Amino acid sequence: MAAFLESLNYNGWILPALLALPLLGAFLVWAHRMAAGDGDAAAMTARRLTLAVLVVEFILSLGLWWSLDQANPSWQAVVDVPWIDVWGVRFAVGVDGLSLMMVLLTTFLMPIAILGGWTSVRTKTHAYHALMLLLTTGVLGVFVAKDLFLFYVMWEVMLVPMYFIIGIWGGERRIYASIKFFLYTMAASLLMLVAIVILGVAAGTQGRPDFSYEAIVALEGFRPAAAFWLFTAFFVAFAVKVPMFPFHTWLPDAHVEAPTAGSVILAGILLKLGTYGFLRIALPFFPGIAMHPTVRTTIIVLAVIGVIYGSLVALVQPDIKKLVAYSSVAHLGFVMLGIFALTTESVQGALMVMIGHGLSTGALFLLVGIIYERSHTRLIDAYGGIARVVPLFATILTVVALSSIGLPGTNGFVAEFLVMLGAFKEYPVLTLVSALGVILAAAYLLWAVQRMIYNPLDKPANARLTDLNWRELGYLTPILVGILWLGLYPQPVLNRMESAVARLVNDVGARAAEQRASMVLGGR
Amino acid sequence: MQFSNLSLDLSRPGPLMLALVPDLVLLVGALGLLLYAAWRPDSAAHQRRVGLASMMLAVITLAAVVAMGSREWTVSQGVIAVDGFRWASDVVFLMATVLAIGLSLDYNEREGILTAESHVLVLFATAGMMIMAAARDLMVLFLGLETMSVAVYVLAGLNRRSARSAEGALKYFLLGAFSTAFLLYGIALVYGGTGSTQLQVIGGRITGLTLGATPMLLVGVGLLLVGFAFKMAAAPFHMWAPDVYEGAPTPITAYMAAAVKAAAFAAFLRVWIEAFGHMHEIWHTAVWWLAAATMVVGNLIALQQRNLKRLLAYSSVAHTGFILVAVAAGTEQAATAFLFYLLAYTLATMGAFAVIVALGSAEHARERIDDYHGLWFERPGMAIAMAVFMLALLGFPVFGGMGFFAKWYVLQAAIDAPAPQVWLSIILVLTTTVSAGYYLHVVMVMFMKPRPEGAVPLPAVPPMARAVIVGSAVFLLVFGLFPDPIVRWTRGGGMLQRTPPITAASPAVPAP
Repeated sequence: MAAFLESLNYNGWILPALLALPLLGAFLVWAHRMAAGDGDAAAMTARRLTLAVLVVEFILSLGLWWSLDQANPSWQAVVDVPWIDVWGVRFAVGVDGLSLMMVLLTTFLMPIAILGGWTSVRTKTHAYHALMLLLTTGVLGVFVAKDLFLFYVMWEVMLVPMYFIIGIWGGERRIYASIKFFLYTMAASLLMLVAIVILGVAAGTQGRPDFSYEAIVALEGFRPAAAFWLFTAFFVAFAVKVPMFPFHTWLPDAHVEAPTAGSVILAGILLKLGTYGFLRIALPFFPGIAMHPTVRTTIIVLAVIGVIYGSLVALVQPDIKKLVAYSSVAHLGFVMLGIFALTTESVQGALMVMIGHGLSTGALFLLVGIIYERSHTRLIDAYGGIARVVPLFATILTVVALSSIGLPGTNGFVAEFLVMLGAFKEYPVLTLVSALGVILAAAYLLWAVQRMIYNPLDKPANARLTDLNWRELGYLTPILVGILWLGLYPQPVLNRMESAVARLVNDVGARAAEQRASMVLGGR
Repeated sequence: MQFSNLSLDLSRPGPLMLALVPDLVLLVGALGLLLYAAWRPDSAAHQRRVGLASMMLAVITLAAVVAMGSREWTVSQGVIAVDGFRWASDVVFLMATVLAIGLSLDYNEREGILTAESHVLVLFATAGMMIMAAARDLMVLFLGLETMSVAVYVLAGLNRRSARSAEGALKYFLLGAFSTAFLLYGIALVYGGTGSTQLQVIGGRITGLTLGATPMLLVGVGLLLVGFAFKMAAAPFHMWAPDVYEGAPTPITAYMAAAVKAAAFAAFLRVWIEAFGHMHEIWHTAVWWLAAATMVVGNLIALQQRNLKRLLAYSSVAHTGFILVAVAAGTEQAATAFLFYLLAYTLATMGAFAVIVALGSAEHARERIDDYHGLWFERPGMAIAMAVFMLALLGFPVFGGMGFFAKWYVLQAAIDAPAPQVWLSIILVLTTTVSAGYYLHVVMVMFMKPRPEGAVPLPAVPPMARAVIVGSAVFLLVFGLFPDPIVRWTRGGGMLQRTPPITAASPAVPAP
């Protein structure tokens, strides 16, 4: 396979192609709208066209799985051309062990999300699908950006489509939720913009800034106070996106009000951008600050609070979609714990949680969307005993819930086990506290599942629910396969991460020690 | 070309005329058009003819500017600048002129404003601006400023049947005259302090003779700053802007928001960098506070506006603050960042006002934000264009096109300086977040609210307004992906430079 891909010069064009294809798709959807109007038949064509583009995108991206050299920890499939020459900005993209699985997760979930919204989006269908395609480009752009300017641009680009998707096709409080989502993210990322300008100018030579990743990683010589504030700027931008406690308040609103596909993408992909930002930027750029005991402990404590708090709030939600939303806060807390514990196992575990959460929570949102389309309520108490009526739905919901809890044999177990294994070496007490989150996860999810699909079937309206149709089964199956595969045989995935993660952990550790020797974090 | 480097001695009338060719073309042509406008009685057709002729004249002037700008000039010291900054500013003024007159053609007809001279007045105002951008002498600058201002006072009150228009015009006139007094007194004191009105001589003497701390000069600089702040609508000297912007005919408002402000800024930058560039430590605090106050006040008050023209007025105040951030850094990069910002801002503002013009009708002005509910469902193209303009003003990448790079450039100019303006940059991004509150509100009502029941149907879009909207949006978006040519253009030519010191010993200049 690798040889075949090489004969196509696959690595030479794949990343720009992955970014360009959805744009082309968006253009085609728009052109089709102009030519065919927006009747029902045209809307169906728009759906099919989008799906086709995203399936092709996924198939194309699969090649990365084989074409990437596992032993090589640095950027691969690099394409680097000048963009805005006078400002030293380059269109530089690449992929490595940290971003590979994120890219694949994105291309995997996007077509599924389109199928998930197949029947629920009935107005302005063309615009919706064009925005979905733009969103794909934006998200992939962040994961492959190798130039900080490009990173920022892509970071903002994905905001606008999501804003419209929530605000136009969302639930009742969609306008409030969309504005809140936009303002939170934008406020936080603008501070990052200032930090990027400062770094780029500092890395530049002869009056021309340099925003390339390598140049900025190699920067030394910021005063500790300055480095602290720069780190803070990135920290806030990423922490809002993750979202870390206490920056999480936009999340329940946005997730609940978004249409199903929007929730799937928000939870499955967009949240990972924040944690990816920590791995890719915050840690390598400022090892001395990030690994400073005070800063590091603070962040880990916040992460553990997120785990416990998210779980406790999820426990009391009457609304199943909100429950899933808060469970994200808890899971992402695990990711942050894994990242900042900074051992090879814990970071690998964090990446596995990121993938696993994308699959499990994505599937949960899809299932919630499926049942909502049938009964138009998201209240857990409105259901009960529906396993008798919709057995397929009930089975899949149970399996997905178990994987989200972390039952052995599913992805959740491998991931959370790795995080705890790694983090325990560094932070035994906090790791034990976070283990409580796993127990709580079992409590809120199993309890909710029990109330929804077991218990007596006491609501007559529920007796008329219809079970999954072929389309729904069709897009849930790949996720189930993924869940079991990552649970039973995660080794190929771990192998592909290992060299990059090991290098990250070593570099950050070594440079942090070096910087700590020469500084005292004074004068904040 | 043989002539690629031309040397001019500006102390002789011939070369001076050559250096002023575009300005003279415009002035002489405008005088001719004024006669033509008076030739026939007012009518819709005559108004349109004069308007089209005015646009042609502006385009011809633009060609002259480009022709002049494509050559390298070496000039002796003089009262007129022949440099890239002047040509680039002229291009923006003339572009705004063409767009504004284009919008006026249909607007005036609809509103029953049949005075054909209104278009010629715009040309006179533009001529004044071009002189301001060229002025290297405070007296010449003042001449240009007055030429521009008097024409704009009249334009603001053009709609004689509207009480609001009259109120706005009167306010503008009174406050404008007031600010002119500040400026003139400032010029007098600076002359008293340095013995010259020529920017280069002032600049040279301030450094060479270390005049920076003399009280007379300081008061003079302070008064000049106040005078310019009025014209640029910087807080706390911005009070006139919202009323005038709301009252004036919409195309004129667009012209004022874009070109008049730009001209004031161009003159301000030239004076500040060429004459007072070496006094950076002294005026820095004043400009710093001016920038901070303008950003905060402009953005916060804009949040409460329910009228789109007033909203854009406060947004224009806010943008003054953003540009001032680059000025506060006190480097030559401020001038290039300003030019880029100016172009993006002019296009976005013109486009937004063009949408207001296009959707209004004689009975329904459609200036309230509520009038835009559900626009997307009725006029998708218009709503998308307006969203682009709003995101450009917000400074959002890709979807806001050049708007983002404008802000980026200002940030870069502010940070890449011997005295980095980090705090101002942070205020800039925080107030930008505030501005998202009102720009997004406009986007939100257009896309996410339903069209109200029983809303009056929207009128057909006049072709000229459509051209302005589509042209601005496409330009913003295309150069928002590939800003390289524009950045090079803003850097081209001889940019503003700080003047080298002149000491008492220098033989060329007599001691003050």
